Amino acid sequence: MKLRGKFTKWFVFLVLLHCVVAGAGFFAPYNPAEQDRQRPYLPPMRIHCMDAQGDLHLRPFFYPLRLREGSFEQFEEDTGTAVPLYFFTRGADYHLFGIVPSRLHLFGAAGARIYVLGSDAYGRDQLSRILFGGQVSLLAGLLGAGVTMLLGAVIGLAAGYYGGWRDDLLMRVAELFLALPWLYLLFALRAFLPLSVGPLEAFLLVVVAIGLVGWARPARLVRGVVLTVKERDFVRAARGFGASDIYLLRRHILPETASVLLTQAAILVPQFVLAEMTLSFLGLGVPEPMSSWGNLLATLQQYSVLVSYWWMYLPALAIVPFFLGYLGLASALQERFDTYKISEKSGWSRT
Amino acid sequence: MRKDRLSPWRCRITLSLLLACASLLTLPVRGFAHPQQASAQEELLAVPGETGRPGGRLVISLRAEPKTLNPLTAADAISREVIGAMQADLVHINRGTQLTEPALAKSWKISPDGLQYTLTLRQGLRFSDGHRLDADDVLFTFRVYLDESVHATQRDLLIVGGKPIVVRKVDGQTLVFQFAKPYGVEERLFDGWDILPRHLLEKPYQEGKLGQLWTPSTPPNEWAGLGPFRLKEYVAGQKLVLERNPYYWKSDAKGNRLPYLDELVFLFVPSADAQVLRFQSGETDLITRVGAENFSVLARQQTAYTMADAGPGLEYNFLFFNLNDLSEKSSADVMRKQKWFRDVKFRQAVSAAIDREAIVRLVYLGRGAALWGPVTPGNGRWADASIARLPRSLDRARTLLKDAGFSWSMASNGESTLVDSDHKPVEFSILTSASNADRTKMATLIQDDLKQLGMRAQVVPLEFRSLVERVTQTKEYDACLLGLASLDFDPNSDLNVWLSSGGTHLWNPSQPHPATAWEAEIDRLMEQQLATPGYSQRKKLYDRVQEILAENQPMIFLASPDILAGAKNSIANFHPAVLEPYALWNVEQLYFRNGTENTRR
Repeated sequence: MKLRGKFTKWFVFLVLLHCVVAGAGFFAPYNPAEQDRQRPYLPPMRIHCMDAQGDLHLRPFFYPLRLREGSFEQFEEDTGTAVPLYFFTRGADYHLFGIVPSRLHLFGAAGARIYVLGSDAYGRDQLSRILFGGQVSLLAGLLGAGVTMLLGAVIGLAAGYYGGWRDDLLMRVAELFLALPWLYLLFALRAFLPLSVGPLEAFLLVVVAIGLVGWARPARLVRGVVLTVKERDFVRAARGFGASDIYLLRRHILPETASVLLTQAAILVPQFVLAEMTLSFLGLGVPEPMSSWGNLLATLQQYSVLVSYWWMYLPALAIVPFFLGYLGLASALQERFDTYKISEKSGWSRT
Repeated sequence: MRKDRLSPWRCRITLSLLLACASLLTLPVRGFAHPQQASAQEELLAVPGETGRPGGRLVISLRAEPKTLNPLTAADAISREVIGAMQADLVHINRGTQLTEPALAKSWKISPDGLQYTLTLRQGLRFSDGHRLDADDVLFTFRVYLDESVHATQRDLLIVGGKPIVVRKVDGQTLVFQFAKPYGVEERLFDGWDILPRHLLEKPYQEGKLGQLWTPSTPPNEWAGLGPFRLKEYVAGQKLVLERNPYYWKSDAKGNRLPYLDELVFLFVPSADAQVLRFQSGETDLITRVGAENFSVLARQQTAYTMADAGPGLEYNFLFFNLNDLSEKSSADVMRKQKWFRDVKFRQAVSAAIDREAIVRLVYLGRGAALWGPVTPGNGRWADASIARLPRSLDRARTLLKDAGFSWSMASNGESTLVDSDHKPVEFSILTSASNADRTKMATLIQDDLKQLGMRAQVVPLEFRSLVERVTQTKEYDACLLGLASLDFDPNSDLNVWLSSGGTHLWNPSQPHPATAWEAEIDRLMEQQLATPGYSQRKKLYDRVQEILAENQPMIFLASPDILAGAKNSIANFHPAVLEPYALWNVEQLYFRNGTENTRR
């Protein structure tokens, strides 16, 4: 029960996080590509309940920032005008979960734009960009993990079950893939592709690239499981009754690999999110004006941004709860399957 | 004969530098004795400015190694910057005053018909190895520059009216330059033609090896120049060390021979950010070519150094469309789009939609100027003030597009898309250089500006060399954002950009015949001003060129950055100019206020 609770806890935590990102349109106050050219590199605004005169307000408000006299980059609060914050307001058009058209936002302000996490070089809202960027990064991670698990499972099953020269061939290829300097391969791959790829093509390219590169490790793990399972009595018995290869793989062997596959998936998703971020950071991901966590961090390659605008680091923090969630889930899964194995079926424990 | 005498001679000079003053007096005096003071036969050029104290070692970072130290083949800014500190020309453009001043030639005379220039050389000039310079060296130099087999990079500028300049020697100190046609630039022409040592280069020239000569790794004794510094040491991948030229021909107001500095060290620091860090930590003494963002970082915490904004320079950034005559099979997609690009109203609409003020504010943090023509505000003498500086107007852009047959269609997601007369959506990509964050930022701003017209532009940052290849060789691109920096205020320095036959005529380079009537008109005007003496006449012609460019928008001019530089507080005579080499133009006058503070390694 305790283990089950742990698993549920992490799972619910992750579902909630993903809902926030998937519903970015609602949680983000603005369109992530909308530029406010009067306000580049605006620091995060503070939300007040107490005004400059010391009076308490029930409705939270903020003071717009203005440029300090004679400066191009120093901002100060304009305490003359307090802008109240409204919840569940109407704002920019968006499609919730990519389908439902809506204009409802969690919060917003009338008369002035609110930058909770500051703005970037073009005066775009950093919070909106992080939320929408998460859609790209997480989806790339999830789809990439899906592709990898599928490839890994099929290749691992084939190698483990059929054995012999097929096993040797597939495993040598897997080792080759583990040894390849894949980042440089991706650079080379990008150089061959047409000059300008649209956002969708670029995204699919990233997913396929990540997916193709990562299948070797799950394949080897699955193969290991298959090697032990296929010698077990119930498999031999089924074979003795004339079960076909496909039936055996589907009914008896594949379910046994579920623990390995699920745990691997939970570990691979954050890894692949990181891979997407690496590619985007180096300019191989989705193009401007779309955001992803990687290309949001790419501005930090400039020394002036690095030392001047601390809020440009925030996209890096956004990944922390996700990574924590996935790794927690992975360890809960692992423990759960282990105890399940030990208590329900004796004699076999995880390799 | 002379060569035999040279080596013991030089030994003695080197020795004399190392020994103290007392021992110097014991050396025989042969026309020049104490390098610090001028001898009677020498005509040093006294330059105005703060009188300094000798000694010290100035360290500067360069973003790449100089490819060559050979003035004949140097084409890149880095090589030119280093060579500028090592070589000298006959007549020089003072980067501070922007006017010509005597250099190796102490005076010049132009004949009334403008065809004959008589130059008189300074007395007692010597190369950095102590060898005397005379008119034969100048004759040799121009013979080499004009020799087609040498492939001198700026050879075209010495061809006036289709004929190369003829140089004649009158006597040891006097030369006559004969032109086929009057030349509008007049004596500014002589700037940048570094005089070469015949005694070192004649043999390699006859053997045809001149092009490969003088790399940074050349041994210092095989190299000689007339600039303030001479070659001392080169460590590949690390640094290039120059030492003071004891025979330099300039002095300060008090008659002390320049330069003040003992050594000039160029460190190779590849990234702009790393250069800023080195300067911040005090490892380098001076920094040039600083970007606006790094400048504001440095300016915010300046204590040990001073940052200077010299105002808008001569760099102009622009967007241009592919207007090349393409062959049918190679690029059908680009050819389809060229139908829009060739329409002047389309280009004018793009120009009208671009928010130049935002570019200056966001890209240059206000340290720059918006542009509507190729001549930047930094060049007030040649800029055409009558060019309309139209503010951004989406309405004007929409009217122009409507007139040109474009219309808008509502997409399913509520976005309006610009479509051409065949109902094809207007989409194109803009190339920028991946290593230039400023230009990528400009392109991203333009992308957003054009989106409001319903155009879909993609920004494609590309490695610089492959970008240049696409633009000038394969011509597989839609639009491109680039910048060019004029080397001089005079319009002739950009001849290669405006002439339709020019290699830098970027939107359609190296045309055999001008493709359009207005390009033919520009060709005619540029050639006419080339042969017209007198500023006001030339200005009228060049103004017309600027107006044609502003009207036809083959390049959509965007903005020009300020020239930004910085130096340690202890460095005096630091007056950055808007012309290359920015803060190093008066390198012979730079000195450390607190003496030889920086002599340590």
